[in-house]
Order: sequence, then structure tokens, then C-alpha cells
Amino acid sequence: MPVIWNGLSVAFAVLVLCCGIACTPGASSSQAENTNGSHLSGRLTLTGSSTIAPLMAEIGRAFEAQHPDVRIDVQTGGSSRGVADCRSGLADIGMVSRALKEDEQDLQPFPVAKDGICIIVHQDNPVRELTDEQIVAIYTGSIDNWKDVGGSDGEITVVNKAQGRSTLELFLHYFHLNNTDVAADVVIGDNEQGIKTVAGNPQAIGYVSIGTAEFDAGQGVPIALLPIGGIPAGTAAVAEGRFPLSRPLNLVTREEPTGLAATFIEFARSSDVHDLIRKQSFVPLAE
Amino acid sequence: MLVRLLRLCAGLSAMIVLVIVAFLVRESLPAWRSVGLARFVTDASWHPAPDASEGTFNLLPMIVGTLLTTAGAVLLAGPLGIASALFCRYYAPPMLARPYRMMIELLAGIPSVVYGFWGLVVLVPIIAGIAQPGASLLAGILILSLMILPTIALVADAAIGSVPQESLQAAAALGLSRWGTMAGVVLPAARSGLLTAVILATMRALGETMAVLMVCGNVVQLPGSLFAPVRTLTANIALEMAYAMGDHRSALFVSGLLLMGLVALLVAAAEIASRTRPSLRQA
Amino acid sequence: MTTTPGEPGLLDHANWTVRPSAAHRGLDRAVAVVVWSVAAAITLVFAWLVGSIVWRGAGEISWGYLTGPVLDAGRGGGIGPVLVSTLLILLVCLAVSVPLGLGTAILLAEFSPRQNRFGRLVRRSLDVLAGVPSIVFGLFGNAFFCVWLGMGFSIVSGGLTLACMVLPILIRATEEGFRSVPDDYRLAAAALGMSRTAAIRHLLLPAAVPGLVVGLVLGIGRALAETAALIFTSGYVTRMPESLWDSGRSLSIHIFDLSMNAAGGNDRAHAAALVLIVLLLALNGAASWMAHRWLHRQVMTA
Repeated sequence: MPVIWNGLSVAFAVLVLCCGIACTPGASSSQAENTNGSHLSGRLTLTGSSTIAPLMAEIGRAFEAQHPDVRIDVQTGGSSRGVADCRSGLADIGMVSRALKEDEQDLQPFPVAKDGICIIVHQDNPVRELTDEQIVAIYTGSIDNWKDVGGSDGEITVVNKAQGRSTLELFLHYFHLNNTDVAADVVIGDNEQGIKTVAGNPQAIGYVSIGTAEFDAGQGVPIALLPIGGIPAGTAAVAEGRFPLSRPLNLVTREEPTGLAATFIEFARSSDVHDLIRKQSFVPLAE
Repeated sequence: MLVRLLRLCAGLSAMIVLVIVAFLVRESLPAWRSVGLARFVTDASWHPAPDASEGTFNLLPMIVGTLLTTAGAVLLAGPLGIASALFCRYYAPPMLARPYRMMIELLAGIPSVVYGFWGLVVLVPIIAGIAQPGASLLAGILILSLMILPTIALVADAAIGSVPQESLQAAAALGLSRWGTMAGVVLPAARSGLLTAVILATMRALGETMAVLMVCGNVVQLPGSLFAPVRTLTANIALEMAYAMGDHRSALFVSGLLLMGLVALLVAAAEIASRTRPSLRQA
Repeated sequence: MTTTPGEPGLLDHANWTVRPSAAHRGLDRAVAVVVWSVAAAITLVFAWLVGSIVWRGAGEISWGYLTGPVLDAGRGGGIGPVLVSTLLILLVCLAVSVPLGLGTAILLAEFSPRQNRFGRLVRRSLDVLAGVPSIVFGLFGNAFFCVWLGMGFSIVSGGLTLACMVLPILIRATEEGFRSVPDDYRLAAAALGMSRTAAIRHLLLPAAVPGLVVGLVLGIGRALAETAALIFTSGYVTRMPESLWDSGRSLSIHIFDLSMNAAGGNDRAHAAALVLIVLLLALNGAASWMAHRWLHRQVMTA
């Protein structure tokens, strides 16, 4: 009878729930690790920046291939969440796509790669170079037409990143701006949203991660990367350390890492993963 | 026995909301204390900071953004959805009606990410060709109405389909035209179902996050025209929650509470409206 | 008795002996044009949307794609683990929300006249629940299921959070289904001396099936399409889940990541979206079939 079936199902669902609660593995940072000899086992949880997440997922997979009893779980949520979860113990390792701030010095940073930020415009836009002052003027609204900077007549559509993002903070820091000064026409969240916005609008200008932009431009997406301070934008310039707008991609832990976490961080910083890093369009750290 | 079991179910369902509201209230308390109600509408702009004294917390432009996008979407999708349901029930030949309904069911399940993505790469450039920046209130309204259309169409379809045969026969006996039957008999009889459809759709539109995030432009301002970018409360939470700390985070929960308040208001208004209208079935 | 679709004969005034005036017939024609154009416009937009998905994504689909592991952050390999995670999340969601929702809907429709206080309280709560934005569900789900109940990032957390989201839709549509059953049924059952329970089971439930199916379809659609709620609850992991307590990303999160986060993932995002649409079609079909086969029994002939 569906009525009894209903009641039974409710009871069953509640029972399952209770059983589940009773035998949950506990908070996600359980490290039931066992390092007898070189045989590693256990589970690591990483949370933080969505920029680094795909890279760490790949590195995690490679690590799991070498140590079949290990599980590396990568979650997203933003750099600040990485810091918060690391401090509260919800995550074993945090992923932060910038250098640590002054009030974050209680954490230990371990850079695994480098990235840069570049200005992008649409491919059809004849403008191919902008001085720092022009960029500031465009972003604060004093220049609002492309013909004032050597392009064709047309309103400039300024694309800015949402508050709190590491990319935004780096951009503002380099150009000595406050977010309140910026007069944006479109505000975006993730890098690809920025690229798609600029690629769909010949009058747009924006800034995104260099690796992402370079990769997409190579795939034929109609964007062009502008040089900053005369230095052409590209992962090559970032690798050589010449590019002014660069940032480290960090793994952070609360204390000095031991056991599984230490082994994993060491793996992530070794040359074994350099090709993985390059595939995600970031720049490996020169050892 | 049966009633007791059913009450257990209903009680559990009702409790979920209480837990969520309790959670929201708890998380938003710091903001109520340090920022205060007045500042949420009188501050100069929305540039929040983890410390209430350093930032500005004006929610008004985003409230307006939410209301405008939702209202526009419902005004656009409501008539279209009902027309679609009428088409499916009364105009479409049998071979067409079933695939059409399947198509609408499919539209209902397409993720908001896909709608947002399509909006970003197809719709926004088209609008940008008319007026910059392209990502605008109009784009948000169009995408939202596309998203809620299937909800309205499907629920309206079920409602219209349950109008009793006798009513239609009576209308035919009276010599009413097709439109006369639909306007005078079918739609009023299905009124409660149609209202449900519109309410469900409005609530979906209010709570939509991903799609509006991608196409609305996300600039915190009162829109001067249909082509101006706006930011909705939901998009704001999605954009900033991951990076918000302290009072900023609490302020975002305040906007979450505000959204729920808006929904509650809507529902109350709908209930009052449905209670005062005379019923079709009169003794 | 309901009008079956595609029976315009009843409203087709060519069959009537008393015909409406010329003015009314003109209006009829105008309305017909409007309605047909609306349907055509909707079909066109749908074709555009789905067309672009099929165009960009179809090339990537293969058996290996559907079953293979996720490689290169989603840009290579397949979506096997993602599909499994998605189905498991959906299963947990439905296992909890369907019984709960059906019970609540029956209570609201059959046992609570509109003035009943308990019924009103439940209904108001559900209406408010329906309006909660998906991102708030994500945060709530994270704080309640993952942290407080200790389930961590897992399929169970995601499924339970989704159940909370889907419940109001399911209940409302099912309740509407019950309310649309004419009172004659209930009166006839009472006259025959059937108990309330029997009346519900044999008479009203089958007759309310259209509402239930709509609720199921909308609910499944909403569940599958959810992104913001699942990112913080069932997580981002691309590995094949080994238990319900493992973290696993759903198909919609995979699409989001490929289109908005990972570089060069566009075609893959389209392919995943195409798979999602096909999955949806299959689930809708199954829901319809199940509902009509097990619950829908014609008691009265049309």
C-alpha cells in the first residue's frame, strides 16, 4: 500500500540518515595515514582558489597513481576560503592564488607555480599598446573612447573583476588604485567569463590570468594580449621574471607539514609535475 | 494512523525552512549589530569591508536590480507560458502536442550554467551591437524569462488539462467561440493552477544565481535604462561570498534574508489575491 | 475527466450547430495566430540553444567519453565518474524528497482545509523554502550537513541539500494535482463506504498523477541543473566515487568548471551539456512511464 510505503520510506530515510551520521568518517580532514616505509595511505583535503584547483586536481591524480592507497580531494571556494579552512582545520592544505597578506603570516606558504595578469582587448581592436597611465585613465573613466588612445571611434567597455578576487587585488595594487576609483561597465567573476566577455565585444577591455589568455588566444579565441610597461605579455616573460604583474600560486598549511601532507607538497613542487603545470598554462618555478 | 504519518512528513518539511532561517539569522547577526538597518539603504555605495566602519553597505541598487529582472522576466514569460500551454492543449494536432511538451520538459532541465553560457556568448554580443555594454538588465530579463518559461508552461498545461470536460461541453452548448471558451471558461477554471505556475516561476527567477551572474553585467548601480548593467542580490552573494570575511560576510547573509523576505511577501500577496476573487463554481 | 491533448475537436466550432459571430471568429483567428507564433518562437529558441550545444559538443561524445576517467582537468578523458556521482546524488535526493513530499502533499490536499492552521503553517514554510536562492542552500548545506553533521564534502550532503531544494516544487505540483481531482470522486468513494486511505490509494492518487509527474519532472530538472548548491556540498572531485560518503562533482559543476574556469574547455562543456540533456530526457521518460504504469489506473472510463 503506497500509504504504508510512504510512512515506511520516511522511516527508512530517517534511519539511513541516523546510521549515516553514526558512522560518518568525521570532519573532512581525517588523515588516517599510515606511513610505514614508503607505503602511504590516507586522505588529504585541499580547498581554496578556483584558479589553482584544476592544476592541483591533476597533480593529485598523478600522486594517486604513484600511491594507490592515497586519496587527494580538491575542493574550490576561493583563496580566502582556502586560508579560513586551513586555519580551522577543515582542510589539510589551502590553495591561495596570491602572496600571503600581513595578517596571514601564521600560515606557511609553499609556492608551486607562477602566474601573471595581462590586459586583453578584442582581436579586432587596432589598439595594441597602452601605457600605464592610459590604463589607469581608462579604468577610472577619464578616457572613455577608443579614439583617445589611438583606436577607432567607440565607447570603451571596462571589464573589472569582482571584489575580493586575487586578480583584482594584484591589478589594483600594481596600478595604485582603490576599487572605489574604478568605473566599471561589466564586473565578472572567473577568468573565462572575462575572456568570453571581451571576445564577444570589440569595444571591451579587461584583465585575466596570463596563462588562460595565452591558451585561449592560441585556440583561436578573438582576443589580444597587451604588453605592460613595454614587456610583451606571455608565460615566457613570467618565467623569466621580467613581467611586472606576476603572482605566486601557493599551497598553505597551518603548521609545518608532516607525513602525507609533506610528501604531497614536496611532490607538487618537484620537477615531476612541471609538464602538468605547463599544460594548465602556468609557469613552473625554476628550482 | 495515516494522518499522524502524514503530519510527520509535513512537520519535517516545515522544519527545514526553520533551520535554514535560523542559520541565516545567526550568520547575519554581526551585520545587524555593526552596520545597522539604516546603512543598508543610505550608505554611499556598495564597497564592503570586513570591518563595518571601513566599508559602505548600500543594498538598494541590488534590491532594485533583483526586482526589475524578476518582474520583467515574469511579465514576459507569463503570457508566453500560458499561450504555450493553450497551444499544447487546444491548438496542436495530437502528433505535435507530445513532442512539444517533451521539448518544454527538456527546456526545464537545462542547467542555468548552460543558459548563462549561451546568453554570454550569443545574446550579450547581439545586445552589445545595439547598445554597450551588452551585459545588461535586458539580457538578464531575456535569459530569466527563457528559464522560467518551461515552469509556467508545464504547470499551466497540467492546470488547463484538468478543467472538466463538462465545462467545455457547456461552453460549446452555449455557442461560445474558441477564444471565448478559453478566456471565459478555461482560464478562470484553471486560475489556481495558473497562479501556482506564476508563483513558482517568480520564486525561481528571484533565486536564480548563475545565469544572471553571467549576463547582467554585475555593476552595482540603479539602472538608467534597459541596456544598463545591474547586479542582483543572488549574483552578489555568489560573486563575493567566497572572499568575504567578518562584517562583509554577515552583510551578504542579510541580503540572503532579504531575498527570503521578498519571497514571503510575494507568497502572502498571492494568497490574498486568490482568496478575494470569486470562484468559478457557484452553487 | 480531463481533456486529452490534441483533442481540439471539442473547441473546433466547425463541429457545432450554433456558430459564433463573425467578429468572434475573427478574434479566434487572431488568437490562433498569436498562440501558434508563440509556440514557433519557443521552438526556434530551443532549436538555437540545443543546436549550438549539439554542434559544438557532439563531436566529443563516444563510449570512451561516457565511461572514461576525467583527465587533464576535464579537457581530456571522459566523464564516467562525473556521471556516476550525478546519478548517485540524484538518487539520494529523490529517495528522501519523494516520500516526504508525497506525504506532505497528501496531507495538505486531503486533510487540511485551507483554514487549517497546521496546513497553513506548512504551506507558508514551503513557499518560503522555494524562494531560497540556490547559493544560500549551498552555504546552508555546507554548514549543516558537511560541518555540523560531519558528513564532509560528500554525495550524501549534496543529495540531502538538493532534497531540501526540490521538496517545495514537488509538494506544490503534487498538491495541485490532488486539488484538481473533482470532489465527485471523493463523494463517490464516501458513498461506496471506502476508507480515506483506500480512497486516496485507489482513486485520488491515480487521478492526481499528472500533477505528480509534473512535480517529479520539474524537481529532477531542478536537481540536475543545480550548480551553486553542489559546489559547497558534494564538491569538486573528479574521481569515481567509492561510496556515498565520497566527494564527487555533478555534471552541472563539470560544465561550469569547463566553461567558466578551465581554459580551452568549451567544446567539452558543450559535450557534457549534451550528455546532461540526454540524461534528462531519459529520466523524464522513465518518471513518466513509472508514474503511469504503477499509479495510474483508470477507475472510471472516460
